Amino acid sequence: MVAANSKSPISAKGPAGSLIWGVGSVLFLAFWQLGSRWLPWAFEYPKGWTIPAAQWIGQFMKWLLNEAHFGLFTFAELTRFIAAVIDFPYRIVLSLLSTGFLSGQGSSAEQILPPVAWIAVVAIFALLGYLAEGRRLALIVTGCMVFVAVFGQWSSAMVTLASILVAVPIGVALGLLLGIAAYRSAWVERLLQPILDLMQTIPVFAYLVPILFMFGFGPTAAVVATVIYAMPPMTRVTLMALQRVPSEIRDLGRMIGCTRAQLTWRVMVPTAQDALMVGVNQVIMLSLNMVIIASMIGAGGLGFDVLAALRRLDFGAGLEAGLAIVALAIALDRLSQAFVRRPVRETPQGSWPSRHPYLLSALATILVAGLAGSIVPAIQTYPVGWQLSTGEFWSDVVKWINVNYFDALEAIKNFFLLNLLIPFKRFLIGLPWLGVVAFLVLAGWRVKGPRLALLVGCLGFLIAATGQWEKAMITVYLCGISTIIAMVIGVPIGIASAERPRLWRWVQVIIDTLQTLPSFVYLMPAVMLFRVGDFTAMIAVVAFAVAPAIRYTALGLRGVDPALVEAGKAMGCTPRQILTRIKLRLALPEILLGLNQTIMFALSMLVITALVGTRDLGQEVYIALTKADSGRGLVAGLAVAFIAIIADRLIQAGAQNARLRLGISQVRT
Amino acid sequence: MPEPTAKLVCRNVWKLFGSGAADKLSAMGGRPELSEISRAGLVSAVRDVNLDVREGEIFVIMGLSGSGKSTLVRCLSRLVEPTAGEILFNGRNLLAASDQEMIEIRRHKMGMVFQHFALLPHMTVLENVAFPLEVQGMARLDRLARAQEMVSLVGLSGREDAYPRQLSGGQQQRVGIARSLAVEPELWFLDEPFSALDPLIRREMQDEFVRLQSVLRKTIVFITHDFDEAIRLADRIAIMKDGAIVQSGTAEEIVLNPATDYVREFTQAVPKAKVVRVSSVMSKDVGLDGLSVPSRATVAEAAPLFLEGANSLRVVDEGGKPVGTLHRDDVIHLLLES
Ligand SMILES: Nc1ncnc2c1ncn2[C@@H]1O[C@H](COP(=O)(O)OP(=O)(O)OP(=O)(O)O)[C@@H](O)[C@H]1O
Ligand SMILES: [Mg+2]
Repeated sequence: MVAANSKSPISAKGPAGSLIWGVGSVLFLAFWQLGSRWLPWAFEYPKGWTIPAAQWIGQFMKWLLNEAHFGLFTFAELTRFIAAVIDFPYRIVLSLLSTGFLSGQGSSAEQILPPVAWIAVVAIFALLGYLAEGRRLALIVTGCMVFVAVFGQWSSAMVTLASILVAVPIGVALGLLLGIAAYRSAWVERLLQPILDLMQTIPVFAYLVPILFMFGFGPTAAVVATVIYAMPPMTRVTLMALQRVPSEIRDLGRMIGCTRAQLTWRVMVPTAQDALMVGVNQVIMLSLNMVIIASMIGAGGLGFDVLAALRRLDFGAGLEAGLAIVALAIALDRLSQAFVRRPVRETPQGSWPSRHPYLLSALATILVAGLAGSIVPAIQTYPVGWQLSTGEFWSDVVKWINVNYFDALEAIKNFFLLNLLIPFKRFLIGLPWLGVVAFLVLAGWRVKGPRLALLVGCLGFLIAATGQWEKAMITVYLCGISTIIAMVIGVPIGIASAERPRLWRWVQVIIDTLQTLPSFVYLMPAVMLFRVGDFTAMIAVVAFAVAPAIRYTALGLRGVDPALVEAGKAMGCTPRQILTRIKLRLALPEILLGLNQTIMFALSMLVITALVGTRDLGQEVYIALTKADSGRGLVAGLAVAFIAIIADRLIQAGAQNARLRLGISQVRT
Repeated sequence: MPEPTAKLVCRNVWKLFGSGAADKLSAMGGRPELSEISRAGLVSAVRDVNLDVREGEIFVIMGLSGSGKSTLVRCLSRLVEPTAGEILFNGRNLLAASDQEMIEIRRHKMGMVFQHFALLPHMTVLENVAFPLEVQGMARLDRLARAQEMVSLVGLSGREDAYPRQLSGGQQQRVGIARSLAVEPELWFLDEPFSALDPLIRREMQDEFVRLQSVLRKTIVFITHDFDEAIRLADRIAIMKDGAIVQSGTAEEIVLNPATDYVREFTQAVPKAKVVRVSSVMSKDVGLDGLSVPSRATVAEAAPLFLEGANSLRVVDEGGKPVGTLHRDDVIHLLLES
């Protein structure tokens, strides 16, 4: 019945449009309040009708692994091959950085060569910094690495670094190749575009469980997951960078008789080099973002330390490992950004050594440090005696806070829980799934048309039909409330800083930093203060997701055509009127995009907040991970992806409408 | 019929942008009007162009922005696939050549200079100039030696190790010219090579270009939107409008007999004396003795000779044989006309 009135023509705007919304809402309310008596199945999806998707997927995965055959080789052989391709370089890098080269197996193994001395690693980082920018950057990265060593995180950090050093080149290479393929063939591009779009909205953990299932628990699976997560931006950047190469350069390449391969590798890629480096930086940052999630499927290293600490609720240890990831992230981010900005690359002339002074000094450092390390152990391994630990201190701080402020914190938490979180959750869970789906269809129809209506309708129905409705609603509740709070905090900050260039510079630095930090860092302080539960999860999500809310609001407001503001002033608008009547309206499309991003950020935090005992789809994925139940994990992961896609498509279409209405065609992203 | 010496011949060449252009073109009968083309949802860039470029001449294609010059020259080099028509290079159909053959032809027989230089940012001057040779697989030392020669030819000795962004526009285009010459092309395309340069530099580069051509004697297709430049450099000019050639001929023919109002617009600003040759204004009577002028000289070049007080000059051909008389009054007429 709700569906009936959604058949209204799309063109109906203005009063007719609001009428449709009004009628839709009234019907929805009536149905919600009165319908449960006649249509109980519309409120609770009947168990008997559930599509056993989890089972099917589980069986399918089994079939894939045990029987699937691509003519020349089986699927299992394919995964084994991929695993070998990843495992080999990983072993080498890990030996170099962490374990040393061993002969023999297991506990009887003997070290024939120690790993690179910690001093040498620090020195190489410093050299890279110096090469990329100069003394300042060399100091910064040295500081970061020494920080890691001083706080006793060195060995874990090297394990993490090893997996990043393997994942990044693979991600960059695959992304580059896909981007080139898409550039060369319109057909590939058309195929790839929607997949890339989808990858951006699907939260990581939708594919964690299948990967775990295919590759088994361990660093290989972690690298695969990291690559899949970090590669799409590289593909996008590559495609864009190649398309932006001036057509004359391309013509030049063809005119001097380049073959296809020469045109790609000798002309296009080198010309696009600077833009491509931006993609490399993205891959590095996303790989670091994955560190903790990857440790859920066996990455080890710092991510594992954080995860283990969180499970034990050992804040101090978690915080230190977390900060070490941040230090690593800052060092790698700064380095790669500096390489992006690096000016003219003069190739010095002369003999091989004089052309490669940096490589040579790096090798010399490794050698000298290695030799010296065999005499003075402190050079080889950072001595335990010199390590600092703040773990105790933080645990004391938490204890102290809990002793002194327990009641106050508890009161705040309970206030929010009782007055906001719980009622909202009850409200959402009480809604009839059929009504919600119908409402989504109506919304899809109104903002875009029948195709979007069909898409959101199908996705919504699938969530219900796979028996995920209640968990999905808890997800929507947690993300929804976090998003609302993030917007309530972020939009005013955005408004305030948009007008004040100096404030904006500061805000920008802060939100840039917030976005470089791995997402789980936000969880730590929240857990310290409020212990586990929905409220803690909410705080962490808000802290992570507030950055885009601020950014897009400020950018939107700053992008408003100054001529229109002038016109407003000339008409005698007060500053307040200028803000509300002109600027905010014109910035609406961008603010909507900010909302979209905020939701995406919030959804991507879910599997992390599962660590503090939420009951949503993130938890479902987390449980599936621990049980390696790929069907269950994939179904829950896909349900999150569906929620993301529904929100994304509806808001994007809404923003597009707003833009059309305002006559703005372009929007920065 | 193209003359036997025609290096490059272009017959009924069309280029329309848009999907299914070839089918739509033949559906419209092969020679549609502009309005028909846009009604079919296509963008017309080149329409029914016929031309022949002779061995050793500078053939200039002139037209305003968007008239289809770049597209035409890219059809001639087959960087853009023409929608219809035929292109003969050394008498051989270029459009029938395979990819491999095209690569060979471009590697050894064609060179192109671009409006915005198209230098590779990650290579030095010398490496840029050597790049076409590198692509062909020439050994490192050989190609660097050859590139060095080219760099000296265009007057850039001493800047071999500079990167493009460290050079001025004029210098960058010199690199572009050196690079296109490195493979000793038979056919040289220049697409508005000097348009991105300041007027003074442009002048200097034009002189340089004339000097180079006097040494090299290449067959040249030169694109410009500047009629003055066309007149200074061209042996023959073709004027394009909306993708079609509206008139072609020598500068003199065009200035004396503009085919349409559009062409007249350009010619009006040009002092005729600088274009018109003595042979076009002389009378056929073979006069007495007195000072003589070559028949190929322009009127502007001959005029100062009247300052000596003569009323008429003897006109002689290349062999020094008298062919006519140039009268003072005719010259004054022409000078006053423009
Ligand atoms: N790839 C393309 N797709 C669609 N239309 C094109 C394409 N390339 C050129 N055109 C159109 O063809 C027409 C001729 O363009 P062209 O670049 O050949 O002009 P031009 O005479 O070289 O101009 P300019 O002096 O600005 O370089 C223009 O209307 C242009 O918009
Ligand atoms: Mg052009």
